[in-house]
Amino acid sequence: MTTPWETQLKSLIQTEPARSPAATTALLRELVEHLRQHRTELREEWARRITEAKVLTAMSDAEIFAEATSVYDNYVAALETGTFEALQTYSRNLSERIIPRGVETHEVIGIVLLLRDVLARSLFAKYQSDFQLLNRILDAYEPAANRIANTVAVGFVQERERIIREQQEAIRELSTPVLQVRERLLILPIIGVIDPQRARQLTEQLLRGIRANRARVVVIDITGVAAMDSHVANHLVQTVEASRLLGATVIVTGLSPEIAQTLVKIGVDLGKMNTVGDLQGGIEEAERLLGYKVVPSEAPALISGIRDET
Amino acid sequence: MLQSALVEKVGKFRSRGVIVDVTALDVLDSFASRTLRDIAHIIRLRGAETVIVGVQPEVAFAMVQLGITLEKVSTALDLEEGLAYLDQKLQHARATP
Amino acid sequence: MREQHPDVDAEYCVPVASVNDIVTARLQGRVLAERLGFSAGEATLVATAISELARNIVQYAGNGDIVLRSTTNGTRRGIVVVARDRGPGISDLKLAVRSGYSTSGGLGLGLPGVRRIVDDFQIVSNREDGTTVTVTKWRF
Repeated sequence: MTTPWETQLKSLIQTEPARSPAATTALLRELVEHLRQHRTELREEWARRITEAKVLTAMSDAEIFAEATSVYDNYVAALETGTFEALQTYSRNLSERIIPRGVETHEVIGIVLLLRDVLARSLFAKYQSDFQLLNRILDAYEPAANRIANTVAVGFVQERERIIREQQEAIRELSTPVLQVRERLLILPIIGVIDPQRARQLTEQLLRGIRANRARVVVIDITGVAAMDSHVANHLVQTVEASRLLGATVIVTGLSPEIAQTLVKIGVDLGKMNTVGDLQGGIEEAERLLGYKVVPSEAPALISGIRDET
Repeated sequence: MLQSALVEKVGKFRSRGVIVDVTALDVLDSFASRTLRDIAHIIRLRGAETVIVGVQPEVAFAMVQLGITLEKVSTALDLEEGLAYLDQKLQHARATP
Repeated sequence: MREQHPDVDAEYCVPVASVNDIVTARLQGRVLAERLGFSAGEATLVATAISELARNIVQYAGNGDIVLRSTTNGTRRGIVVVARDRGPGISDLKLAVRSGYSTSGGLGLGLPGVRRIVDDFQIVSNREDGTTVTVTKWRF
């Protein structure tokens, strides 16, 4: 039995050329109406197929059903409005929730395609008696459904990348502590491989540390660094210079002959750089710099005054 | 204009030291640092010491990336450190015959 | 904390004719960079590059524009700065952008420095049309 709306629709698509905006809008409205009407059963069908396909195993059935409801509604809303910003925002929010649960990219794409399939089959079932109308409906549905799948997938991937970047940043910060061992003295031991990003983060952390601790001397120990390319070596030099702009003197310790060579190669005058063989020696030199005051013997009161303050 | 005003004050108050506080500057480009260098130079010619204080960590980072070093200009963390530095430097200067 | 997602094609044009405009341009650049999710340090780099370019406009051309635009290459977001003027142009472009690591070089225009702190650097300059510098910095 055809509804008055369907009759109207049929006459519309018979007069309008295929894929005209008016026809497409009308068709989409028709199928959105259908999807809303059959929301409960289609959503259950979808959830069932998700479980069957054994995806989203990290989530319980109750959780899947809860999320499925909002995904379904957002899906249909995107079909209805033809705009995808809200869907993208929703996708990122959803991803932020489910990524920590261990949901993977292929799972997300999988369930969106499952929903697309469930809805498409439902449309088939409804319009199979009118082949021409079915064709037109699917013509309207397919590009929108593709765009939805793409939007959701891209939103998920972007969110995942953002989380990974944040985690990497946090790990890097944790793995390079700037240590205050005495007042006004910071030690930055660097171990392992330094890539440009890590080098940048090290410098930022050190400079912030200089300001926070009011450090006057910094000992950067690179004993644990096997090799350094010219870019990272240059970065080390920049770190020394930037520290100086904050009023701190830098002593570099643990300089291997190879790294010394790299520094010379990029034009660094090692004579001007404050280097000491090992960390212990560096700390001693730092203490000397901190405690050493060039003062006249006639003003002992002033010396102790300054010392008390530090 | 900043330079001449500063130099005038140095002469007027017979200052031995000048602290230039750049805490409020969100950016120090090559022009600004040339200006600071020139100021320090002129003040030194007038017999006084200059200390630049208050360079923010992000600004320091950007400066060295740009290749600006402010060499031959003394720097300290902040006003307090700047004063301590000048105290020490001027004590030493007074002491040496 | 949620980051904000402004429209991809937001564009701001800051006319530059005085030293005050230099400050305006770099502040606008900082604001845009931070809205795009750049860290404080990276936003300062962007602002510094803008300051250099805007200063060149004021000093050598008298006036011009700084155009700020957000951009994306699909996965990363970035900021594009276009500094354009109708000034006398730069006669020796190669010399203007050349540098060693420890020299400032470059005819006093600060361009080698700018090139170091941005990811993409393009310059077109001649006497008839003036100078246009286009730089891009990607967010990490």
